[in-house]
Amino acid sequence: MSSPETVVSLRGVAKTFAKGQVTALHAIDLEVRPREFVSLIGPSGCGKSTLLRIVGDLIEPTSGDVVVNGKPAHRARLDRDYGIVFQDPVLYDWRTVSKNVALPLEMLGWSRRRRSERVREMMELVELTGFENHHPWQLSGGMQQRVSIARALSFSPALLLMDEPFGALDEMTRERLNMELLRIWEASGATVIFVTHSIPEAVFLSTRVVVMSARPGRISGIVEVDLPYPRTAHTREEPRFFELVTEVREGLAAGRLPVDEEAQAEEELLIVEEESG
Amino acid sequence: MVATVAHAGRLRVGRETAWADAVRRVALLPVVLAVLWGLWEGYRALWIETGWTWPFRVDDTAMPHIHAILAQLFEPSRLNGPTLIHVLFDAALFTAKEAAVGFAIGASVGFLLAVVLVHSRLLERGLLPYIVASQTIPLLAIAPMVVVGLGSKGVTGWVSVSVTAAYLTFFPVTINALRGLQSADARALELMRSYAANRRAILWKVRVPASLPYLFAALKISATASVVGAIISELPSGIQDGLGGAILNFNQYYISEPKNLWATNLVAALLGILFFLAVVVAEKLVVRRAPEHVA
Repeated sequence: MSSPETVVSLRGVAKTFAKGQVTALHAIDLEVRPREFVSLIGPSGCGKSTLLRIVGDLIEPTSGDVVVNGKPAHRARLDRDYGIVFQDPVLYDWRTVSKNVALPLEMLGWSRRRRSERVREMMELVELTGFENHHPWQLSGGMQQRVSIARALSFSPALLLMDEPFGALDEMTRERLNMELLRIWEASGATVIFVTHSIPEAVFLSTRVVVMSARPGRISGIVEVDLPYPRTAHTREEPRFFELVTEVREGLAAGRLPVDEEAQAEEELLIVEEESG
Repeated sequence: MVATVAHAGRLRVGRETAWADAVRRVALLPVVLAVLWGLWEGYRALWIETGWTWPFRVDDTAMPHIHAILAQLFEPSRLNGPTLIHVLFDAALFTAKEAAVGFAIGASVGFLLAVVLVHSRLLERGLLPYIVASQTIPLLAIAPMVVVGLGSKGVTGWVSVSVTAAYLTFFPVTINALRGLQSADARALELMRSYAANRRAILWKVRVPASLPYLFAALKISATASVVGAIISELPSGIQDGLGGAILNFNQYYISEPKNLWATNLVAALLGILFFLAVVVAEKLVVRRAPEHVA
């Protein structure tokens, strides 16, 4: 079905909401190789978050094959093969930072000693050592999101799914966390699928940018990002960076519908997504 | 580093204001009591002076002096008997026992019911109307049935009173706990799903903690309701040892000695406040949330 060289393999994945009335995703084919950093970018309503949730078996596709780590997505979820980060940090107010990070480890039945050892490592990784006993509401938005990333990576999943994790942060915090994320990605050895609205963010982070378009949600192009790692603040000033940003932007424009139609498609999909919870 | 320092500063300020707040509240208590005392005595004096009879005629029977009510506490409750405060203290202790057990039963049953309902949409739709309907039956009608029913099984009277009080206290707990269990963030539930968490883990690690502010709001209502429920349930149950018995007794002699009933009301109110405060303290110990979330 999929070669061992892929972490995620999607074949003909489609999703329709509201009894087939709205096609959220249509004929998606995508292979993600180990240690890749793949961004999904597209207008609202192109189904990029839906696609991420299908990979995580949080939503079932209407048709198509989803293989994660060489097994069906459902099996991969039960085996805890991936960690996920949302736009909101989704930290539990009643738990301290370290207990938030340890939550998945509790699920896995790790001993207290092993948990605290791992939490310490994760706090070092996301550079939050010293904040273990703080409560989430005592941290800034950027710090909260770092805790969320630490939690997602705490049990060393092979795959990290990120749904617009920095979308709610200001530009400066976002750029700093982009750099941190790359460092964490390299250190953890995980494969990342990253949903974003931001073209520069996608180009800066990714090995590949998957450009999606709406109505129906589909992949309209893939941009290979050949900028060398490690990427730094200077990467954003290189001519090649701007070329790639332009390439992604043109890809988005090519897949775009006339403006009013797109707005309508967006609206419909939002309504349907809300209804289907 | 900068963040840490700024942060510590903010925390310290928070703690100081909390202290100042507590001091202010304690200082406020005598002021509030003095104002209440002034209102009572002022109203009394004005109505007696002018002879106004609306809404009712005021005299020593309708509104005794506050100091007379307090003094009455240290008078013998009957000829050569113990002082009134002694009698009321014993009665309050007895009622507190009934109310505490009733509160515990009601809170447990109420919470369990909410846990069951949150897991089944069908049960929630099917059972909730009857749970609501259960509260439309007056406690006074339930109490004798429970006392007789449980009595025939050899259950002592005061336990029956607790059961009746529980009938009153479970309801707000069920309604609020259900709401609280359902208040868990959709993303938090999705996150648990990504960990392949089972229902029990989701319940204990997400739903129950999320429900605590709602639960404690209900427990505050239930705590005072359990005292009221216990007192009312004593009346038709023929139980003499509690505050309900005292109220019934002093009611009969109200015309000749109104201060006894007023003093009993005062003690009953204090008991209710005590129960309420116990829940407030428990909440402070249990619920750790963002300050703006505290219910």
